[in-house]
Amino acid sequence: MSFPAVDQRQAGAPSPAQAGATDHLVVARGLTKRFGDFVAVDGVDFEIGRGESFGFLGPNGAGKTSTMRMIACMSPVSGGSLRVLGMDPSTQGPEIRARIGLVPQEDSLDLELTVLDNLVVYGRYFDLPKREIRERAARLLELAQLSERAHDKVEPLSGGMKRRLTIARALVSDPELLILDEPTTGLDPQARHLLWDRLYRLKRDGVTLVITTHYMDEAEQLCDRLVVMDHGRVAAEGTPNELIARYATRDVVELRTGDGHGQLARALELVERAEVLADRVLLYTDDGDRTLAEVQRTGPQPERVLVRRATLEDVFLRLTGRTLVD
Amino acid sequence: MPQAVPRAAAAGGDRARQPTPLWLRSLGYYAYQYKRTWRSSLTTSFLFPVLYLAAMGIGLGTLVNHHAHRVGGVEYLDFLAPGLLAATAMQIGANESMYPVMGAIKWTRTYFAMLATPLRVADVLLGHLGWIAVRLAMVGGIFLAVMAAFGTVASPLAPLALLAALATGLAFAAPVSAFAARVDNDVPFTTLYRFGLVPLFLFSGTFFPTSQLPGWLQPVAAATPLYHGVALCRMLVLGQGALWPAAGHAGYLVGLAAAGYAAARGTYRRRLVV
Repeated sequence: MSFPAVDQRQAGAPSPAQAGATDHLVVARGLTKRFGDFVAVDGVDFEIGRGESFGFLGPNGAGKTSTMRMIACMSPVSGGSLRVLGMDPSTQGPEIRARIGLVPQEDSLDLELTVLDNLVVYGRYFDLPKREIRERAARLLELAQLSERAHDKVEPLSGGMKRRLTIARALVSDPELLILDEPTTGLDPQARHLLWDRLYRLKRDGVTLVITTHYMDEAEQLCDRLVVMDHGRVAAEGTPNELIARYATRDVVELRTGDGHGQLARALELVERAEVLADRVLLYTDDGDRTLAEVQRTGPQPERVLVRRATLEDVFLRLTGRTLVD
Repeated sequence: MPQAVPRAAAAGGDRARQPTPLWLRSLGYYAYQYKRTWRSSLTTSFLFPVLYLAAMGIGLGTLVNHHAHRVGGVEYLDFLAPGLLAATAMQIGANESMYPVMGAIKWTRTYFAMLATPLRVADVLLGHLGWIAVRLAMVGGIFLAVMAAFGTVASPLAPLALLAALATGLAFAAPVSAFAARVDNDVPFTTLYRFGLVPLFLFSGTFFPTSQLPGWLQPVAAATPLYHGVALCRMLVLGQGALWPAAGHAGYLVGLAAAGYAAARGTYRRRLVV
């Protein structure tokens, strides 16, 4: 599959050696991951700069987690080149892992130990003295809003608390780069917003974040820059606003019609671009109110109408013809 | 905020001392979480030999001594005790390598938590086996102390039986760990238990000499690991036997542990680094 709108690499793209010198924490060129015959990551390029919050946005199965595991030096690279903190994961995995933190998609907390114990145990893997771990733990539990639960067993904590604990744990070693794989999947809205707030503070304090998500609002909230991934390839790259400006209009008019899409044939002619989904029609326009007025004037009334700003979901739809969430 | 803390070197926070070896950090995890269960664990480790030696060594043993007078050249209690030491080592070595290994991969994902840090697959494996060795040493030590209290320890070589118990336990722990890293559910464990561990427990010379087995079965028993562990422990505790047979038993056990470790390196890697 090819993407008509894929950004073209400039001819003078920096080599991995050069890119390492300009304080890119992660550089990938033609990065590939194969599981037998299946190609999960298919020749992906990206750079992640120090201090930025970088996102990988795509549906389940896009290759995001496979990419994260390669950056975290837990999964061997099948092809292409990858440099993390200027080092090669295939030869310097332990050295890289000593300086990065990983918040995996599936929890790996010790449920039988207390919240504080989990931090101590993890800190010991990095050979931090117990005293120092406890000092850091006090601050990290404060950040994670878990200070009151420090001596509680982890098992009865809610999903959001466990996720905050996992983030605090990943920060025990004071990493330069924090990788978060689908950090808010499975959490209720309140927990998600709390997590976003905590991550935003981290970002503000200078920690470089790498986030994968299939939630467009998460990508818009947290990421300075992102790549859109689908079927193992990068479909587009840029800041959220750049991507929306490039691949969508400012506004979107959503019409829910029930039966009889045909009745909207006239409505579709009003705009340059439209998408017909299973349950909705999306009209892309730079002035949503004007378009809505024209729709109401020229044809039968749709059942439901919504005028909204374009989002990264619309960008993904434009690039791949599918929605982020099936 | 974390950024204000001087960043620790990859090797460790305290620059004055040598960094802790990676595999020892993995072992440290098991030692740390043992604080939750050590009391009940050690209590069980103490009760098991006391109950078995009392029930079978004395209770049954009185009858056996009355009929047979000598079993393997000694009273039944003295015959049984070192065999039970080896069998207990087998139980611990095998049990610590089945569900704990599968659980660390599938449920708690402890191994994956470790691999996100500077630890490598070899460190994860070695730390776990190292912890099993610590457990074997603790239980073996308690067992020998109980044996001494029962008056069954005669030879000055008896403390070496602790090493024999260690070797026996690891001769099971290493290959069973290699096996456990491959399985996806616990059906293979039930099979291993039913057709491997229980028959070995009963027929490797712990409760009666293997010379009591049918002729064709004796060489089969002699090829299995616990037979060698039992024989070696018995030799050392009772001060019987000679150097070469003892070295042969020890060599078998150590060789099996080493082969199991090599196999586990492979199965662990294939399962954990995908």
